Amino acid sequence: MKTSKHIIAVLLLISAFSSCNDDSDDPILPEEDVLETFNILATIDANGHEIGIYSEQQQFTIGYNELFIRIKEVASDTYVADADISWTPMMHMTEMMHSCPKSAVSKTDLNAVYKGFTIFQMPGNAEEYWELSLDYTIAGQSYNATERIEVKLPTDGKQRVSTFMGSDDSRYILAMMPMQPEVKVNDFSAMLFKMENMMTFPSVADYMISLDPRMPGMGNHSSPNNEDLSYDSSSGMYKGKLSLTMTGYWKINLKLMNDSGVVLKGEDITEENESSSLFFEIEF
Amino acid sequence: MKTICAVQRSFGWLSNPKTIPLQLGLVYYLFFSTMSQAQETELHLVQDSIIPIDLKEVVVISSYKAALEHRLQHKPLATLDAYLESSKKVTMIKRGAYAWEPMLNDMSSERLSVTIDGMRIFGACTDKMDPITSYVDVSNLSEAHISSGQQGSEQGATIGGALDLRLEKSNFKTTDWVGSLEMGGESGNNAQIIGGELNYSDEHFYIDTDVIYRKAENYVAGGGTEIAFSQFEKYNISTNAGFKINDDQKLSATFIFDEARDVGYPALPMDVSLAQAFIGSVSWHQDTFLGDFTDWETKLYANKVTHIMDDSQRPEVPIRMDMPGWSDTYGLFSQMRLKTKKHRFLIKIDGFYNRSLAEMTMYPNNPNEREMFMLTWPDVRTLNSGFYAEDVFDLEEGSLKLSTRLAVQNFNVADDFGLNSLRIFYPEMTRRQTRFLKSIAAQYHRSFKSIHFNGGLSYGDRAPSVSEGFGFYLFNSFDNHDYIGDPDLKNEKAMEANAKLSLKEKRFKLELEGNYFHITDFIIGEIDSGLSVMTIGAEGVKTYQNLDSADLYNISLETTYNILPELQWSGVVSYHRGTDNTGRNLPFISPVAYGSNLQYSNKTITGSLAMQGAGKQVNFNPVFGEDQTDAYTVFSLTVGKQFSFNQDKLYLKFGVENLFDEFYSTYTDWRNIPRIGRNFFATVSYAIN
Repeated sequence: MKTSKHIIAVLLLISAFSSCNDDSDDPILPEEDVLETFNILATIDANGHEIGIYSEQQQFTIGYNELFIRIKEVASDTYVADADISWTPMMHMTEMMHSCPKSAVSKTDLNAVYKGFTIFQMPGNAEEYWELSLDYTIAGQSYNATERIEVKLPTDGKQRVSTFMGSDDSRYILAMMPMQPEVKVNDFSAMLFKMENMMTFPSVADYMISLDPRMPGMGNHSSPNNEDLSYDSSSGMYKGKLSLTMTGYWKINLKLMNDSGVVLKGEDITEENESSSLFFEIEF
Repeated sequence: MKTICAVQRSFGWLSNPKTIPLQLGLVYYLFFSTMSQAQETELHLVQDSIIPIDLKEVVVISSYKAALEHRLQHKPLATLDAYLESSKKVTMIKRGAYAWEPMLNDMSSERLSVTIDGMRIFGACTDKMDPITSYVDVSNLSEAHISSGQQGSEQGATIGGALDLRLEKSNFKTTDWVGSLEMGGESGNNAQIIGGELNYSDEHFYIDTDVIYRKAENYVAGGGTEIAFSQFEKYNISTNAGFKINDDQKLSATFIFDEARDVGYPALPMDVSLAQAFIGSVSWHQDTFLGDFTDWETKLYANKVTHIMDDSQRPEVPIRMDMPGWSDTYGLFSQMRLKTKKHRFLIKIDGFYNRSLAEMTMYPNNPNEREMFMLTWPDVRTLNSGFYAEDVFDLEEGSLKLSTRLAVQNFNVADDFGLNSLRIFYPEMTRRQTRFLKSIAAQYHRSFKSIHFNGGLSYGDRAPSVSEGFGFYLFNSFDNHDYIGDPDLKNEKAMEANAKLSLKEKRFKLELEGNYFHITDFIIGEIDSGLSVMTIGAEGVKTYQNLDSADLYNISLETTYNILPELQWSGVVSYHRGTDNTGRNLPFISPVAYGSNLQYSNKTITGSLAMQGAGKQVNFNPVFGEDQTDAYTVFSLTVGKQFSFNQDKLYLKFGVENLFDEFYSTYTDWRNIPRIGRNFFATVSYAIN
């Protein structure tokens, strides 16, 4: 039985390869497939365009979201390759409105695919919601498309972003970059933004973030040879090393210091103090 | 037969339906035993095969048919551990009532070479809860050969010495069918022991089968304290067979299956739900080889050990965990001898391949959190290829033995998960490494009439053990620390000197023996205060490190006096010391120990009165988890009688250990776990020829 299954699998593989060969001559649009492996999180129909927001994620989540954008001209059924896009995510709270840290939207190597990231600080709820507003220009003509989006808590409920008031009375947003944790010394990075006002969140350079990973379920033990996060100007990120000595739930306790070494947020872990007020969570 | 049934009743086995398999076993043995022809058997006395030049000790382990020969054995159905402990060179570290860890010259597993009939086999427990000696039993062993220091290098690279457990074989003796049955019981832990063997042997063919089953409940320490989690249950089945192709050539095979379940370790935070070993070998023996060579023996072997730790019976633990371990070994050796007028050569090539893997899965108290998993032994593959040669040559009034072992040992960390785990601590660590091991020894013997002098000098080294090199958060409850291996450890090297003076008169024998080890790059765990404890409740983390050096001394004096032909007294006193280069005391070094034994034996009756004790431990070290152990003295008494029915023989033995119910523990008792209190035992052996 097993053997026959294997044979079928092999045959399927062979046919798959051969069909690829057959298709290579046909004029198929590569765009059709480029985002196939991604999930479509939102579609905006406006101005005769169908704008798709894609991601490797299943949903808009608080924290770092890498998003891909593609604009289809409905009339001609083609993708727009030379648009200039800018975007503004906006949180509509009951009392006020605010935006979130975000990147510019840039072209990718993939034809007619644009990308950028947003860092949502909070999820939406029944009364409060996020709206994504896109301003884009195609061949000198400007358009706007705005759509309400659903930003949710991560499915695993783990903390990957933190919004806090520093001891310098500035409000900061610290987001963990996505990673695949393994039992090893992992590359670990984060992005730091300052909230200048409701709409402006410049990236902060040259601060320092110390790491203290702990397992609260296992006597709050730590791991050796971690490397604190330091600013890397080329990527605009804070990079360091995170040692995870076993699988399970880890709390990555953090401490943020400014460029003169003043602690803005977070505490050392001691016998009495089991966790820092600034932390990320990982479970694998 | 009546006697056997009576014994059965007395232990309540017949009435207990759970023991039906046992009874079937009994029937099997009795049936085949009675089927067997009665034949006059010549009892071969074990020859004193010890070459006087070797400072070797042989512990004779009585087998069933040999029980009648070796009826002087203090407690015939004792565990192998107890047999080994009765030797004057071996001490046993105890973590409970089962699977004690042998020590030789105050050195344990990683510094010893422990083999079964020359086969390498490695325990699968990261916490040393399954020494090799726990996977065989007295039912299938004839002797344990104990060689001190580099005298043990014949079996493998070693520092402290070698322990080779020799299997019992009929070996083409013309005994025809022989069967026997033995049963025993003990009061201190309600132990029940039943064993039997059925052998057939003629000039061309033999097959031996042995079975033994032991079950013990919690034991009671002196003064009546029950030691919780000290129960165990095990059985061992073995068979070996030989076939003579012609007068010169023999083919033989052995197989052992050993399984222990529900083994409590009162001194440890976890017990064992399963410890299981399959051990098998095939060998070819040829009396002559390539002209002048003799005794050419080639053996291929394989063994598989599975060890599963379990805390499910413990009422309260900080966190539940599973800790299974596996150790598989494949090996071979081929050896031959050459005798010339003055020289006796032994040449041997050997090799083994071992795979050691152990896991730890912890189940968080918060059910929403995921399991915590780590590899505590990262699938380490050890490949060792060695060459050994010795020459014993006669000098005037004496002889000199020169021996050497050269070996190449490769380590390969096969599992990526494990390699990445260790690289957290050692970022530059390579997956593979190769080490060269060497040993050279000279041993001199000279006799001046009734006085014999033995003296030797040697050098040897060893590679780190899997735990020392690659262990990952191994919790040691003795010093309450987590241990991390270091793959970059240097080989440990030992210079050794030994001397023995013996005086042998007609009724009197005196032996004064001493040895000294100067060990450089001594491997031991040292506190690394920068590391965070993993195990809940542990005090700190130790990493294995090379100490500059350590020195160990062992001195013993043994006397034997034959008061009457039937009455013998023997006494032994020993002194041990171990320190490192900064003068710190090393752990597990015996205080002054002494023993005295008065033994009576005539043709049918034996009896003994033994005393054993140790002085207060003066040299101990809290850094290694030790505290001071008090002095103790315990006594034991045995009496045995043999009956004959036609050609069959019945042997009864009764005894009591720890006569005065002393509450005590010794320096080898893990976390001062007290020893068994007053313990009555009885054994019945019935041999059918």
